[in-house]
Amino acid sequence: MEMVCIVCPNGCRLSVERTGDKVTVSGNKCKRGEAFAVNELTNPTRSVTTSVKTTVKGYPVISVKTDGEIPKGKIFELMNLCKQIIVTEPLPIGATVATDLFGTGVNLITTKTMEETNE
Amino acid sequence: MKFDTVVIGGGPAGLAAAICASKGGASVLLIEREARLGGILKQCIHDGFGVVRFGEKLSGPEYADRFIRELAQTNVQVSLFSFVTRTVKNQNTYNITYVCKDGVRHAECDRIVLATGCRERTRNGIFVHGDRCAGVYTAGAAQNLVNILGVMPGKRVVILGSGDIGLIMARRLTLEGAKVVGVYEAKPTPSGLTRNIHQCLNDFDIPLYLSKTVTRVFGETRLEKVEISDVDEKMRPIVGTEQLVDCDCLVLAVGLIPENELARDLGITLDPKTKGAVVDQNCQTLADGIYACGNALHVNDLVDYVSESGETAGNHCARPFKMRDLKPIQTVGKLLYVVPQRLDVNSDVSKVVMYFRASEELADQRLTVTAGGQKVFDRVYGKLLPPEMERIAVDFGKAANLDDIVVKLEGK
Ligand SMILES: Cc1cc2nc3c(=O)[nH]c(=O)nc-3n(C[C@H](O)[C@H](O)[C@H](O)COP(=O)(O)OP(=O)(O)OC[C@H]3O[C@@H](n4cnc5c(N)ncnc54)[C@H](O)[C@@H]3O)c2cc1C
Repeated sequence: MEMVCIVCPNGCRLSVERTGDKVTVSGNKCKRGEAFAVNELTNPTRSVTTSVKTTVKGYPVISVKTDGEIPKGKIFELMNLCKQIIVTEPLPIGATVATDLFGTGVNLITTKTMEETNE
Repeated sequence: MKFDTVVIGGGPAGLAAAICASKGGASVLLIEREARLGGILKQCIHDGFGVVRFGEKLSGPEYADRFIRELAQTNVQVSLFSFVTRTVKNQNTYNITYVCKDGVRHAECDRIVLATGCRERTRNGIFVHGDRCAGVYTAGAAQNLVNILGVMPGKRVVILGSGDIGLIMARRLTLEGAKVVGVYEAKPTPSGLTRNIHQCLNDFDIPLYLSKTVTRVFGETRLEKVEISDVDEKMRPIVGTEQLVDCDCLVLAVGLIPENELARDLGITLDPKTKGAVVDQNCQTLADGIYACGNALHVNDLVDYVSESGETAGNHCARPFKMRDLKPIQTVGKLLYVVPQRLDVNSDVSKVVMYFRASEELADQRLTVTAGGQKVFDRVYGKLLPPEMERIAVDFGKAANLDDIVVKLEGK
């Protein structure tokens, strides 16, 4: 089967063969491509960037990301979870707003510092 | 107030320029029209920034944050909510007029760095006809609504343009609960990175339609549907292929153009190919003391190179004035453009960073740079694509004569 590696902007076109438990990958320029293909066949994962609401002045929403990858099938569940989160105080960049998502050990963290504004 | 350097625009280009000029000893004023620094990166919350510079996949705000923190360690004076309306040349200095909360202000300076970024093409720029209804947004405006203001631009969305910004918005709106009925692209091939086609469209079963465009929009007050037509090889709509698609939102992701109102005011020579200023290797325009960098200079696809050009401009601003001797850089072959367009042979020519794009998709190409008939650079490319900018570093110091500089792209 054919797939496109999304690890980096190179976007290598991979050919993946599966015989029993063994997966052979070709077309990858680096090792990460092989790991990506195996992962994609067994348990595809993605990092997610999105935003959550806040009550802080000047910030209707604040941008967040998963600090690792979560199962691809959990993306919309994460989006639903995000709808329930409301940040009520100014947070610095990298602050955790939800921990251990779906038991993966991955957290949801802010990607922007919320400054006290003079607006 | 008098400054050595005034930087206009607080995006990644302006941040890098201000940091470098200040570190080099110049007194610097950074003027930004918005409430916060970071430019367009504030709303680009997806990741993929900084792979070249930091070897990490950062989101736009995280990338900007690194430079904003560095700026805070310098003596750069920052003026937010400040919009530059006019720049004029005096005898030996420049006068800058800007509007801020306190009213109209003026600053005098020896050098100006234009880091004003780019603007998006709009509906008028691409000839979509029809009703003047609400619900038609540029991708940047839609991105700002969702990612900064937390407001959705619509529920059923058509996206025109398959560049990376269009693809990223398709995923973003889908994640937030909208139905993206399709991404339509007039060209026969998608413009964005393959990786983005995969992770933004395929992951969410969003269809991509090639060789099709939006030709008309319908809606009383709010958009109700759009007319889609097939296009021929010259991208002209084919009569008889029209088809109606229901939607309440049309997102236009149809390209970026350098923002050069101020450059035009100053009478600066622009390059019709890049739509930005003509510059030398130090990002100095043909007007002494005026620099251009980032997307104001040419539209970049990687922010890492935006920062690089800001640093080049900023570093040079901190050096003493020196008479320039500018030689044209000629281009031969299927090159969309080459930046810089001039070489100042009175300044350092040993590490000249050049950016170029091929004018069409090409395989097995050789790029050579010659000066006075002598080869100073040579590289073979397996594949070149117009959406992917290439960067090279050339040592012109190897050449005995710098009179006749040619960048040439040819089949290998
Ligand atoms: C909608 C959109 C999405 C993008 N997405 C991506 C992406 O996903 N990945 C990527 O690598 N690149 C992306 N880009 C390209 C991105 O613009 C560059 O990577 C980078 O942000 C450009 O930096 P810059 O500093 O040149 O311009 P900008 O970031 O645009 O900064 C220019 C700044 O100048 C200010 N300014 C302009 N005129 C004036 C004036 N007269 N007075 C005062 N201030 C002024 C503006 O307010 C702005 O803050 C995107 C661009 C756009 C428009």
